[in-house]
Amino acid sequence: MLDIIGPFFKNLYDTTGWNFIMFYEQYEYDRFVDAMWVSVKLIVACLIFSLIVGFIGAWGQGAKSKILRLSIAGYIQFFRNTPPFIQLLVFYFVIGTLTPQVDMGGYNEAIIGSFGWAVIGMGFFAGAFNTEIFRSGIEAVPTSTVEAAEALGYSRMKSYIYIIFPLAFRVCLPALNNNLVNLLKTTTLAYGIAVPEMMYTANQIWSDNVNVPEMMIVLFIYYIGLVGILVWGMHRWEQKMRVPGYG
Amino acid sequence: MVSIKDVHKSFGDLEVLKGVSMDIMKGECVCIIGPSGSGKSTLIRCVNALNDIQGGSITVEGQEVNVPNLDKLELRKKVGMVFQQYNLFPHKTALKNIMMAPIHVLKQDEKEVEAHARQLIKKVRLEGKENGYPGELSGGQQQRVAIARSLAMSPDVMLFDEVTAALDPETVKEVLVTIQDLAAEGMTCILVTHEMGFAKEVANHVYFTDKGVIVEHGPPDTFFNDAKDPRTQEFLGQIL
Ligand SMILES: Nc1ncnc2c1ncn2[C@@H]1O[C@H](COP(=O)(O)OP(=O)(O)OP(=O)(O)O)[C@@H](O)[C@H]1O
Ligand SMILES: [Mg+2]
Repeated sequence: MLDIIGPFFKNLYDTTGWNFIMFYEQYEYDRFVDAMWVSVKLIVACLIFSLIVGFIGAWGQGAKSKILRLSIAGYIQFFRNTPPFIQLLVFYFVIGTLTPQVDMGGYNEAIIGSFGWAVIGMGFFAGAFNTEIFRSGIEAVPTSTVEAAEALGYSRMKSYIYIIFPLAFRVCLPALNNNLVNLLKTTTLAYGIAVPEMMYTANQIWSDNVNVPEMMIVLFIYYIGLVGILVWGMHRWEQKMRVPGYG
Repeated sequence: MVSIKDVHKSFGDLEVLKGVSMDIMKGECVCIIGPSGSGKSTLIRCVNALNDIQGGSITVEGQEVNVPNLDKLELRKKVGMVFQQYNLFPHKTALKNIMMAPIHVLKQDEKEVEAHARQLIKKVRLEGKENGYPGELSGGQQQRVAIARSLAMSPDVMLFDEVTAALDPETVKEVLVTIQDLAAEGMTCILVTHEMGFAKEVANHVYFTDKGVIVEHGPPDTFFNDAKDPRTQEFLGQIL
C-alpha cells in the first residue's frame, strides 16, 4: 500500500509542503492504520452495545415492576441530561479504579481497559436515547394488534419478539438512524481516556509532525466516510424492511 | 362447550356486566345483539380472558377461566377470536399471518403448517392472495385472512366481534358466507353482530343484551317474530 501511495504523498510534501506523513512514512502509516481499525471496532462495539441497552430498557419500561420502571426512567434522565464526556471520565477514572485488577505477571492491569470503558460509557449514553426511541416505536404499535397476538396464544415475550419489536422497529428507524449517527461521532470522545482511536492518533501525529490542518482534513474525510457507510447501511435496511401498505 | 354463569364485570366504578349467563353447546352458532355500550364486546372478551371478571364463572371445554393462575395458552388454543378491525400483522403476508401462531405458539412443523394454511386460504376463498400484505388487501379480504388465522390454531370455539361492522355492504356478504360455511361444518361460533338477516338464517340461538343484562333470548324464529320484552321490541323495531 505504502509503495503505491507513498511516492505521491512524498512528492506532494516536497513540492507543496502539505504533509500527509502517515501516507509515506512507515511508522506513522502503521499507527494510522491501527487507529482506523480501533475506531471501527469501537464504533461497532458501541453501536451494538447501545442497541442491546435500548432493547432491554424498552422491554423493562413495559414491565410490571414499578421499581424496574423507575430505575430505567432514572437511568434515562441521568444519561440524557449530563455531558457524555463527563460520563466517560467518570466511568474510566472513578468506576474504573474501583474494579479489580488482574496480575499480568509482574504488573497489574485493570479487567476493563480504556477501550472497554469507552464502549460501556458511550453505549449507555446512546442506549438511553435508544430506549426512548424504541419505546416510542412500541407505543406506536396499536394495542388491538397486540391483543390479536394475545388471543392467538402469544406470551408477552413472544409477542415482543415476533410482532411488537418488528413493527416498532419500522416506526423508529429514522430516529434510530439519527441517534446512531450521533453515537458514531461521539466515539471520538474516547480520545479523552487515551483509547488509540482515530482522533487520539491524529492528535499524536500532528503533535509530532506539526501538520494540524492536514490531519484535520483527514479526520473530516475519515468520519464523513464512516457516517456515509452507516447511513447507507441503515437506508438499505429500511428499504428491506419496508412493507407494502404500511408505514 | 362454553358455559357462562352469572358473570359480573366492572371497569372501575362502571358495572358493565351485571350477571350474565348463557350456555353454548358444541356445534351451536349463537348471536348476541343489543344496543351500543350494552357490554357485548366485553362479554365475549371475557370468554378468552382478554378481560378478567369480578364475579361468576366461565368455563370453556371444562376449563375454568376465572382462576388466579389461568393457563392462558391452554385457553387460547381452544378459543379463536376475530375482531372488528381485523388486526392482522401488517409486516407479514396473508399466508405468513396464518402460519405465525401455529409455528411460534404451538411449535408445529413449518411444512405442515404451510399446507394447512394453504387449505385455509382456499376455504376462505382467497387463492392468489397468499403473498399479499394486509395493506394490499381489501377490508373483506383482510377479515377473511383474520378468520383463517384464527382457524389455523384449530380452535374449538370461535368468537366474532362485529366482524362485518367495518365493511361496506358488498363485502359484508363474502365474510358472512365464510362464517356460515364454518357454522355449517359444525364449528361452535359466538357472534356479536348487527346483521339480523344472518342471525335469523344461521343462528341456533339469539341473545339480546341491554345495559349489562340479557333481556331476552330464544331461537331466531320465536325471538324475531314473537319478542316479549318491550326493550327487545323497541330495538328490533328500530333495526328491522
Ligand atoms: N377498557 C375499558 N375501560 C373502561 N370502560 C370500558 C372499557 N371497555 C369498555 N368499557 C365500557 O364498557 C361498556 C360496554 O362496552 P362494550 O364495548 O362491551 O359495548 P358493546 O356492547 O360492545 O358496544 P358496541 O356495539 O358499540 O361495540 C361501555 O360503556 C364502555 O364505555
Ligand atoms: Mg363492541
